Amino acid sequence: MIEVNRKGEVWVFAEQEAGKLSDVPLELLGKGRELADTLNVPLAAVLLGKGIDDLASRLVAYGADKVYVVDHRSLDLYQAATYRKVFCDLVTRHKPQVVLFGATAMGRDFAPTVASALRCGLTADCTDLQIGEHTAPGSTQVHQGLLLQIRPAFGGSIIATIVNFDRWPQMATVREGVMVMPTPDAHRQGQVLRERVGLDGYEPPLKILEIHRREKKVDLKGARVIVAGGAGVGTKDNFKLIWELANCLGGAVGCSRAAVDLGFADKDHQIGQTGTTVRPVLYIAAGISGAVQHRAGMEESAKILAINSDPNAPIFSFAHYGIVGDLKMVIPKMIKAIRTGAKVESLATAAPARV
Amino acid sequence: MGYDCVVCAKQVPDTKNITGQAMKDDGTVNRAALPAVFNPEDLHALETALDIRDRFGGTVTVITMGLPKACQVLRDALYRGADRAILITDRRAAGSDTLATSYILSTAIRKLAPDIVLCGRQAIDGDTAQTGPQIAEKLDFTLISYLEELQALEDQTIRVKRNVGNGWEVVEARLPVLLTVMNTANTPRPSGAKRIMRFKKAKAPAEVAGEVAAQMPQAGKPEQAAETKNRCDALAAKGLLIDQWDLSTIEADLAWCGLAGSPTKVHRIQAIVLAGGQYRQFQPTDESVGELVGELIRDHTIG
Ligand SMILES: Cc1cc2nc3c(=O)[nH]c(=O)nc-3n(C[C@H](O)[C@H](O)[C@H](O)COP(=O)(O)OP(=O)(O)OC[C@H]3O[C@@H](n4cnc5c(N)ncnc54)[C@H](O)[C@@H]3O)c2cc1C
Ligand SMILES: Cc1cc2nc3c(=O)[nH]c(=O)nc-3n(C[C@H](O)[C@H](O)[C@H](O)COP(=O)(O)OP(=O)(O)OC[C@H]3O[C@@H](n4cnc5c(N)ncnc54)[C@H](O)[C@@H]3O)c2cc1C
Repeated sequence: MIEVNRKGEVWVFAEQEAGKLSDVPLELLGKGRELADTLNVPLAAVLLGKGIDDLASRLVAYGADKVYVVDHRSLDLYQAATYRKVFCDLVTRHKPQVVLFGATAMGRDFAPTVASALRCGLTADCTDLQIGEHTAPGSTQVHQGLLLQIRPAFGGSIIATIVNFDRWPQMATVREGVMVMPTPDAHRQGQVLRERVGLDGYEPPLKILEIHRREKKVDLKGARVIVAGGAGVGTKDNFKLIWELANCLGGAVGCSRAAVDLGFADKDHQIGQTGTTVRPVLYIAAGISGAVQHRAGMEESAKILAINSDPNAPIFSFAHYGIVGDLKMVIPKMIKAIRTGAKVESLATAAPARV
Repeated sequence: MGYDCVVCAKQVPDTKNITGQAMKDDGTVNRAALPAVFNPEDLHALETALDIRDRFGGTVTVITMGLPKACQVLRDALYRGADRAILITDRRAAGSDTLATSYILSTAIRKLAPDIVLCGRQAIDGDTAQTGPQIAEKLDFTLISYLEELQALEDQTIRVKRNVGNGWEVVEARLPVLLTVMNTANTPRPSGAKRIMRFKKAKAPAEVAGEVAAQMPQAGKPEQAAETKNRCDALAAKGLLIDQWDLSTIEADLAWCGLAGSPTKVHRIQAIVLAGGQYRQFQPTDESVGELVGELIRDHTIG
């Protein structure tokens, strides 16, 4: 734990594996930039690993003013104990006021052990971060410039705002895709600082015998249109309708967790709290009830079209367009309308040009 | 011989099945109306521990921190095969965040000196998945999160397959270790009928006291206390008294417990409203669907 330190920097843990940065730290640099500007302090990324020098300039391009680099052979493969030791040394040395981690498998393994060792707070899976003030109940003292850590809990039925006003740093994890990825600027200038840490003679407790990684096959985050199917699709065979609609819209296929559990689609397609967070121009939810955990991953879509046979399905409470009906009937009608509609519209828009 | 395992189990409101009865009129969830259940992934942690005991010998102790009614998960654990159950209950622990919770649990675990501690990966109410890794740090046990398969346990070395979402790893460590267990790791065994018969009357002193207070409302405090002691002694004689510890029993430093020991403070809670809403409705007919598609094409959403 460190003292409240108003000059402290905002830090982002720059998660990388095998020399490749994950998306989350880059997204967090976008949010971190905003927070650091509000607090009027520098934004720094902390990069641990081996042979990772060339990643520092990317972190600067995405918004970091400084990059603390620890390059050491014991940091080649991530493990909680070793990373924690190094990271906590850096925190005690530089006293940042805010530290952000990606809520990835690595971040959720790592961040809690850092918080435990520093005896500071950690808020999990934040969906928003703001700077604001807090007055503790029964006290008149106003704590200004605090990190407001906003997160869903109780299976998504409530949204809690959490603060940490005395035992700093203020730390939070954020899931991938939740913060908007900033546009990199290759001309940004930043400082790269090489840090020394005492790892000589240190024995990491875990022996990592095998590592297997699979590439994500689906690009949901980049899709303009997403057609998602849920348990209401009924069978794996019916799920072909979802693919067909997505194909004719040039979109990607998403699904609910229930659809994954039923074997209709692969886990890579799952949208929601424990899947991918997306904000496409159009999100079509077919046979999806709209559970809070699903909603968490798609409610920021510019337009939501719900197709559901139950007029009382929760999805209709946050959809922009709704069709109450059987998706097996509705989707073929949509496909037909798109195929003919697209033709009609292109003729219509093309027509004046010919005059 | 064998390995001593401690399983951390939490009683949680069943947030997975939010049904009509648990909704308030304003469309928000009434948490108090949700049934209390064994945190789902903790059942998988328990199963892993029971499996270790069955294969290599040793003991399985289940601990929970919570109100006396959390004994329900302890009884459930006894039905499924746990050897011992401990309730940690203390008003001074109320309001603990994960840092304070992990401090209290680690202090209790230290008294039990196990070889292996098992947690669920995540609880379905707080949803943080932080408690396990924090207990590991406090005990200085090696953390192995996301266990999907226990591959080997030999002497003082454990080998585990971990599921890290975008793939998997095989890791090895020396005991003592703390494992967090995924729901894909195994299928929890059901309660044994004989064990239910045997343990259904098992209770912790706090539950007995509550029962006595309800049955003898007129009696004075000393009389109630004496009756409670009698009943507890009778249960203990039959091996049915669930151990109950408080913060003094585990010699916890109160500065690290409860609200005082929790750096994170709740600033505000907003309930999610699950009903109501405005949307433009189209009919499941060719014309209406065509109209919708035409509109989406015209405003360049699609096409
Ligand atoms: C709305 C809300 C939001 C919260 N947000 C945060 C937050 O962001 N950060 C924070 O530090 N705290 C937070 N808390 C407090 C936190 O929920 C409690 O500290 C809780 O006791 C443990 O956290 P968890 O429910 O997330 O469990 P997890 O950390 O998800 O639990 C993991 C495992 O730890 C074990 N375990 C956890 N609790 C117990 C227990 N009582 N007894 C036995 N075993 C247990 C179980 O094996 C469980 O599977 C929040 C609480 C609420 C009500
Ligand atoms: C901790 C936690 C994390 C979770 N994370 C996620 C997550 O990331 N993503 C996620 O999606 N879920 C998640 N869930 C699960 C979530 O709570 C829901 O169970 C899930 O989203 C339900 O999926 P569904 O809408 O497809 O199924 P259901 O809720 O069963 O809904 C099916 C819908 O289809 C409709 N329907 C049926 N037949 C037809 C038809 N012929 N035509 C049209 N409509 C029809 C029904 O009216 C119903 O509304 C999580 C849960 C928990 C507890």
